[in-house]
Amino acid sequence: MLIKLANITKDYVDEGVPTTALRGVTLAVSAGEFVAIMGASGSGKSTLMHVIGFLDKKTTGQYFFDNENANEFDDANLAQIRNQKIGFVFQAYNLLARTSVLDNVLLPTIYTPHLDVKATAKKAREILAKLNLSHRVDYQPNQLSGGEQQRAAIARALINEPRLILADEPTGNLDSHSGQEVMEVLQDLNEEGHTIVMVTHEKYVAECARRIITLKDGQIISDQKVAERHLAKDGLIK
Amino acid sequence: MRFFQILKYTKNNLALNKTRSFLTMLGIIIGVAAVIAIVSVGASAQDLLLAQVKAMGTNLIGILPGASDDQGLPSAVFGIEVTTLKYEDALEIRNLPDILAICAYVTGRGTVGYFNQTKELNYTGVMPEYPTVEDAAVATGRFIKQEDMDNMARVAVLGSKAASDLFGQDFPLEKQIKINQIVFKVVGVMAERGASGLQNQDEQVFIPLRTAQKIMLGIDHVAYIRAKVDKEANIEPAIGRVKEVLRFRHHIKDATKDDFSVRSTAQALDILGSITQALKMFLAAVAAISLIVGGIGIMNIMFVTVSERTREIGLRKAVGAKRRDILWQFLMESALMTSLGGVIGIILGVSISSAIALGVNSFGYEWKLIITPLSIFWAVFMAASVGLIFGLWPANRASLMSPMDALRKQ
Repeated sequence: MLIKLANITKDYVDEGVPTTALRGVTLAVSAGEFVAIMGASGSGKSTLMHVIGFLDKKTTGQYFFDNENANEFDDANLAQIRNQKIGFVFQAYNLLARTSVLDNVLLPTIYTPHLDVKATAKKAREILAKLNLSHRVDYQPNQLSGGEQQRAAIARALINEPRLILADEPTGNLDSHSGQEVMEVLQDLNEEGHTIVMVTHEKYVAECARRIITLKDGQIISDQKVAERHLAKDGLIK
Repeated sequence: MRFFQILKYTKNNLALNKTRSFLTMLGIIIGVAAVIAIVSVGASAQDLLLAQVKAMGTNLIGILPGASDDQGLPSAVFGIEVTTLKYEDALEIRNLPDILAICAYVTGRGTVGYFNQTKELNYTGVMPEYPTVEDAAVATGRFIKQEDMDNMARVAVLGSKAASDLFGQDFPLEKQIKINQIVFKVVGVMAERGASGLQNQDEQVFIPLRTAQKIMLGIDHVAYIRAKVDKEANIEPAIGRVKEVLRFRHHIKDATKDDFSVRSTAQALDILGSITQALKMFLAAVAAISLIVGGIGIMNIMFVTVSERTREIGLRKAVGAKRRDILWQFLMESALMTSLGGVIGIILGVSISSAIALGVNSFGYEWKLIITPLSIFWAVFMAASVGLIFGLWPANRASLMSPMDALRKQ
């Protein structure tokens, strides 16, 4: 099992109001899966993804990542896991402004010890080529379309060959055409063996995955395989 | 992350945010430049004043009316006119051993006119030995003589600039000028001396002391007396004898009741030194304020950009930066900015000091450019500390947040 959650809860205080985002989530994800987490806004789906990706800390419960107990990780371990085992794709891309696409893709590698700088740069160019961004390598994010920016962000997520790709509403800021491109990329990556956990609130996007987990009020209300999987390259029907 | 790699990324980062980097550096540049320039001006001004007193000669004794203790200021400084010193006192002192020359002074200000040319000038009533006492020389004609004193003659000797201002190309000797409507005959012109002390000696008009007292001012006392001693070793005994003579003449039995004070140039130097030292301290305080202002400038720009940077820190943490990496990055950024700003500030501060020196020297003063390494050290040290503290503080706060909280920051 790559991810194993048992009875995870998450409480936080939002502008003085105590909120419970997750109320006992139990979940397992194997390597190679493509899981979509669905739910209305406020259902806790994003929080769940942040906990899985160690961007946020759980309040109680057990979390095993790659068969290791997350309770035993200190901040430096967590940083190392985020760096080498997890790749993030955000809804708002979160590319560094005034920084070239290539340097954005290389950002995680600054924090990776013992890396061959030249080989890494070559790898970044290869990934960008695979994502049809070869012609944008030296561009800055604000010169790119939304779809291109998100693909650059995916390239950044891939640079350290992570065990897990986490995508938080990856098509949320995109038009349907760009959204389709991004989903195509994610499906291809899954075909190549990458494990993907994606948060979305749109059913047609979720149906590109192989398994859909639905959250409501911080609890899982359904967890099922996708019967009729959409293939993004055939077009996404809203 | 390797050191040179951090350096490379830091350099790129600063170059990418030119405006922010420049504004941050501006605070440091202004702070450092101001401190260096202000401290330099203070030191140079002190040097100038002390040098001018020294130039008067170190074997001079000054006798002032009114009592004052050895360290304190004479009462004349506070605008109190004390009338206890007389012309006759000066004559008596002249007869003491080791005294080479003596001069008593009174001063006044008046309108000096030659034909239709008039000028507001200081006139000084002096005695015939003035040139010896003050190391001054007559360029043309003669100086005031004892007969002029005895007859209360209305003769005048002009400072070089006073002469050229009044007469232009005309030959001044034997010409008549009016000082406050009283007619004087010009008998001599002094050689040029340059600006000295707070008064430009070249702009003075010298007249016989007795004439100034009786005809111009209607007084019986003198403002002060200066005596030249043959050599420095004789100054202390001479001061003692001067005091004895004056006590005898003024019927003073108790030395604590003296109505005069006697000082050597060395003592005057000490006093002036402590005054200018206080001035320097004051200037240093002004400089410190400009450092604080510069520091606040740095702080402002750091706080303005903190939300943008918080999101950047969130992203960096999300892709694997450890807290240490974040702090290193910001430390390097701040260090690079402060050292660059410090260097520019030093160059600017030295340039300003040099420009001031050039400017003052063009007025004929001997202004030495003095830049103390200590002021450079403190300026850069303070500015760098401020830059580091205000650069690291927000970064440290952001680095302690969870990556998600930092990413969400608006």
